[in-house]
Amino acid sequence: MIAGARLAASRRVSGLVGVILTGFCSALAAGLLILILGYVVVQGWGAINPAFLTQLPHPVGVSGGGVANGIVGTLIIVALAMLMAVPVGVLTGLYLAIYGRGLTAECVRFLAEVLSGVPSIAIGLFAYTILVQPFRHFSGLSAAFAFAILMLPLMIRTSEEAIRGVPTAIREGALALGLPDYGGVIHVVLPAARPLIVTGLLLAIARVTGETAPLLFTAFGSEFWELNPGNPMATLAMQIFKYAISPYDDWHRQAWGGALLLILAVLVLNVGARWALRGRAKRS
Amino acid sequence: MQMTVVGATNDAPVEDEADVALRARSISAWYGTKLAIRDVSLDFRRHSISAIMGPSGCGKTTFLRCLNRIHESALGARTTGEVMLDGTNIYDPDVNPVVTRRRIGMVFQRPNPFPTMTIFENVVSGPRYTGLSGNPRELRDIAEEALRGAALFDEVKDKLDDPALSLSGGQQQRLCIARALAVQPEVLLMDEPTSALDPLSTLKIEELMEQLATAYTVVIVTHNLQQAARVSHYAAFMLGDADRVGSVIEYAPTQQIFTHPTDRRTEDYITGRFG
Repeated sequence: MIAGARLAASRRVSGLVGVILTGFCSALAAGLLILILGYVVVQGWGAINPAFLTQLPHPVGVSGGGVANGIVGTLIIVALAMLMAVPVGVLTGLYLAIYGRGLTAECVRFLAEVLSGVPSIAIGLFAYTILVQPFRHFSGLSAAFAFAILMLPLMIRTSEEAIRGVPTAIREGALALGLPDYGGVIHVVLPAARPLIVTGLLLAIARVTGETAPLLFTAFGSEFWELNPGNPMATLAMQIFKYAISPYDDWHRQAWGGALLLILAVLVLNVGARWALRGRAKRS
Repeated sequence: MQMTVVGATNDAPVEDEADVALRARSISAWYGTKLAIRDVSLDFRRHSISAIMGPSGCGKTTFLRCLNRIHESALGARTTGEVMLDGTNIYDPDVNPVVTRRRIGMVFQRPNPFPTMTIFENVVSGPRYTGLSGNPRELRDIAEEALRGAALFDEVKDKLDDPALSLSGGQQQRLCIARALAVQPEVLLMDEPTSALDPLSTLKIEELMEQLATAYTVVIVTHNLQQAARVSHYAAFMLGDADRVGSVIEYAPTQQIFTHPTDRRTEDYITGRFG
């Protein structure tokens, strides 16, 4: 009895230690995130004003100015990357989910997985080699290409899962009506898979929006309004980088402001991804 | 009980050739290398309801799926044999299975309305996406006729633009029937159409089947013997052998198969000794 009671006590102690340890680590992880978010908000909030959002950067030594060209550049580059990654990603996902079998499909899946692990700077270097060097100047397009490659693995994986999740009976229902196979895919399967595909797309966009490394030698940066993706373009991430390593207080402030904008954008994208999935439980 | 020669009753009980709407000859079907049904031959009489019954795994659904060539849409699935529809073998290399499926409609075990479409869009999806009709007024007419044909129109006429998934299970299944009717098939295949439904919805669909048989040739797969007895004019009994390869044991007018089965195994099944 006594031995049993002692055993129970020691178990209670180790149980308690476990609870405290896991609780502490969870609090640390969540706390770090809140700390970073809070710090960025505190530091960046003051920088955000109409001029910051609508003006071009001012020359060195002239205070004020904004990152409007960086915001627009980021939007253009991400939109172009989306145009490239969505068709390739969705069609690859479709192949893997419905048509692909055996070694070929397994290879495609494996390569997509490997691609998702390739450092973004290596992908930027690749884009530099094939889209910057031959044309002898940096461009928004080459950055979009690098972003598209970064988005691709996530697009492929979520598309495959989304399409696989559409019951075979739904696809067969279309076949049974005399729709050709592609007709059923276009009119029935893809619409049913769309909410999940959109979620994957939003997460993929969130993933690349803050990427900076590939931009170093693709979009490069610009002080001007540059709407032509054939030319070097400003991006928010590059502006943050440039301002943060500068010796000027005003630029430091603007770097925090830019970081806050990026974090807000990613937050909106994540909320959007959840919103796209709304009511999915009802569907099934 | 006397023993019967296996296969002696494996022929159609339909005497008049012109009365045959659909004739399956020596259908065998595989999933990969696994043979699922062997040498199934059945004739289906025009404007009648034929039931295919049998225990789980006897291949009755596989056989039904061979009748509109949907079996082969699964990867690795294969069929041999002939299915004659109005004198044409639908397995002829020159015949397009996609076009054939417009003439042989199918209703599935679970209601499978297209989840992103409204009630109306579901019904007209066949005519719309097969290029049969794109005219909005014509589509309205087609939808109304099909929904009336499936005894659903009065229940949904005021909410045609509601999501199809807002309907109850039984209504969804009748919607799927309407969707199949909208492409004006000659034959309607039904794969255990009420097995996922409650008794009241089941009753509605059984009543509907009788109406459908006045205009269509209906083939229904069911493991529900009472249902086969209630709704069908002809009934086939399928059974899997030791290797789970299904074949037809007996095919006769429903009345006869339930009162005077000629095969011992049919009798055992309908008297509930197995299955």
